[in-house]
Amino acid sequence: MTLGRTSPLSGMMSSPLRGPPPRPAVKAGSVALRNVSKTFSNGTVALSNLDLEVREGEFVSLIGPSGCGKSTALRIMAGLTAPSSGTLEGGGGADVGFVFQEPTLMPWATVFDNVWLPLRLRRMSRTAAASAVLEALALVGLSKFTGSYPRELSGGMKMRVSIARALVIEPRLLLMDEPFAALDEITRFKLNNDLIRLKAELGTTVVFVTHSVYESVFLSSRIVVMASRPGRAIDDIAVPAPADRDEAFRSSPAYVETCRAASLALHGAMAEDDYL
Amino acid sequence: MSAIGPASVIANGPAFEAPDPEVPDFEASVSARTRTARRLAPSTLLGYALPCGVFAAAIAAWEALVRFNDIPPYILPAPSLIGATLIKDWAILFNATLVTLRTTVLALGLAVVGGVGLAVLFAQSKWIERSLFPFAVILQVTPIVAIAPLLIIYLSSGTAVLTCAFLVAFFPILSNTALGLASADHNLIELMQLYRASRWQGLVHLRLPAAMPYFLGGLRIGGGLALIGAIVAEIAAGSAGQGSGLAYRIVEAGFRLNIPRMFAALVLISFCGVVIHVVLAALSHLTLRRWHDSARRKGI
Ligand SMILES: Nc1ncnc2c1ncn2[C@@H]1O[C@H](COP(=O)(O)OP(=O)(O)OP(=O)(O)O)[C@@H](O)[C@H]1O
Ligand SMILES: [Mg+2]
Repeated sequence: MTLGRTSPLSGMMSSPLRGPPPRPAVKAGSVALRNVSKTFSNGTVALSNLDLEVREGEFVSLIGPSGCGKSTALRIMAGLTAPSSGTLEGGGGADVGFVFQEPTLMPWATVFDNVWLPLRLRRMSRTAAASAVLEALALVGLSKFTGSYPRELSGGMKMRVSIARALVIEPRLLLMDEPFAALDEITRFKLNNDLIRLKAELGTTVVFVTHSVYESVFLSSRIVVMASRPGRAIDDIAVPAPADRDEAFRSSPAYVETCRAASLALHGAMAEDDYL
Repeated sequence: MSAIGPASVIANGPAFEAPDPEVPDFEASVSARTRTARRLAPSTLLGYALPCGVFAAAIAAWEALVRFNDIPPYILPAPSLIGATLIKDWAILFNATLVTLRTTVLALGLAVVGGVGLAVLFAQSKWIERSLFPFAVILQVTPIVAIAPLLIIYLSSGTAVLTCAFLVAFFPILSNTALGLASADHNLIELMQLYRASRWQGLVHLRLPAAMPYFLGGLRIGGGLALIGAIVAEIAAGSAGQGSGLAYRIVEAGFRLNIPRMFAALVLISFCGVVIHVVLAALSHLTLRRWHDSARRKGI
């Protein structure tokens, strides 16, 4: 990791001035599922012929009824599950940050040590990792809590630690599985704003699973609506707004319009679902 | 620690419940009162004084029972006589205590090394676990009293005693640690996978810390059992005329109908047991207190 004086995470920004670093053929920040199907060993068809392309720098939300395969799609992108057929382009790799639905912190480790973990696994010493860890904690506003243990934190703070842990490796691709589902609305709005800011600062590509239409519209540049049985994408809605948004966006016509469109698509997906 | 737990809860009870209408900030007042209740001398003192008082009363009742009924010392010695015997026979008994304690601690140490080592080995592969676990179970379910005579034939008596103590302490440590290693958070395991952690890194950074509370639970059970194993083996070895631990002194004093010395040795055994328990409980508490729920103050 190249730790600049100004910002250890600055390496993440796709800066046109610095000239592009050597990259593999598939851009590190992009990910694509090509005709991916997933059938579990018990016969459940979680995904069927899913095509999903996420370009570098995009913020894509996946919404859809419960059980439609959102988590499965995300896990395939992370390389945690192999597709039964079809291919994964990009994703996988050690350059991916993953945020689970639960904070998933190590209870025996302090906030600092939890965020240090990904770097530690790359054999980085505590001192060598310190500036990156502190930077990541500062990004999520937890600088004062480096020495705390997870049980001493609120739900929202734990979630932010887990986001800091995902960010500390300067991921080109950030995958988040309903990260704010268990939080109250105020904390959630706050974290939504933080995420927008982080995304703007770091230029990371984000794939975000949520069951809230409003959250997906507020955050994303694009919303992919999925339907279940079998899991597949049925709609793809672009959000016509610039990436740097604030609370005012929540009352703008573009926001309201897109929410309506996304809700309609989601209801369409649910109507197909005989279970619901 | 566990002995004073309930008493201190009772003693602190009313202090927590009493409503205080004068203080508007409820949370602040509660935490302030919690703090004073914890620090304040009377309740803490009572927490210690109550069990001590009850214990002293029981001893006094024993003394009175023996004195008023003129029970001869070879049937039931008074606590004062046991105390006197402790002092009179201190040289013999203290040496015996050291022997038994050394066996116990050594056996526990070996059980930790062996138990944790084997548990880690089990965690590497289901096949290793499947093929070796039956041996561990057979050793566990066969009563140590039944194995001891055989070991005494095969091994020198000191080694036999050590082996017995080791065998009984080994299993709880093995099975608890194996359970702990297997119960690391599934999401954290996936996180390790995601970051391409090696097997060794997963063990060091995830499985071993996750197994810590389980291991410490096994260690506390194993500590008590190691002492019992040592005593049982000493008795088996002692009847063959060998050894010089506390249990051997009990057997020897029994042959000579020296009942007060039997009691004195018994007191020392109990004392060793209590010391082992307290040390291991403290170790467990100190290790887990910052993060594990078992080390929290009891709620209900
Ligand atoms: N390990 C597994 N074994 C068998 N079936 C599974 C497994 N994981 C998921 N499934 C099935 O695959 C389908 C999709 O699951 P997935 O977790 O991807 O849904 P989801 O869209 O994330 O749902 P939710 O919104 O409730 O989290 C479900 O029908 C589920 O039962
Ligand atoms: Mg899910």
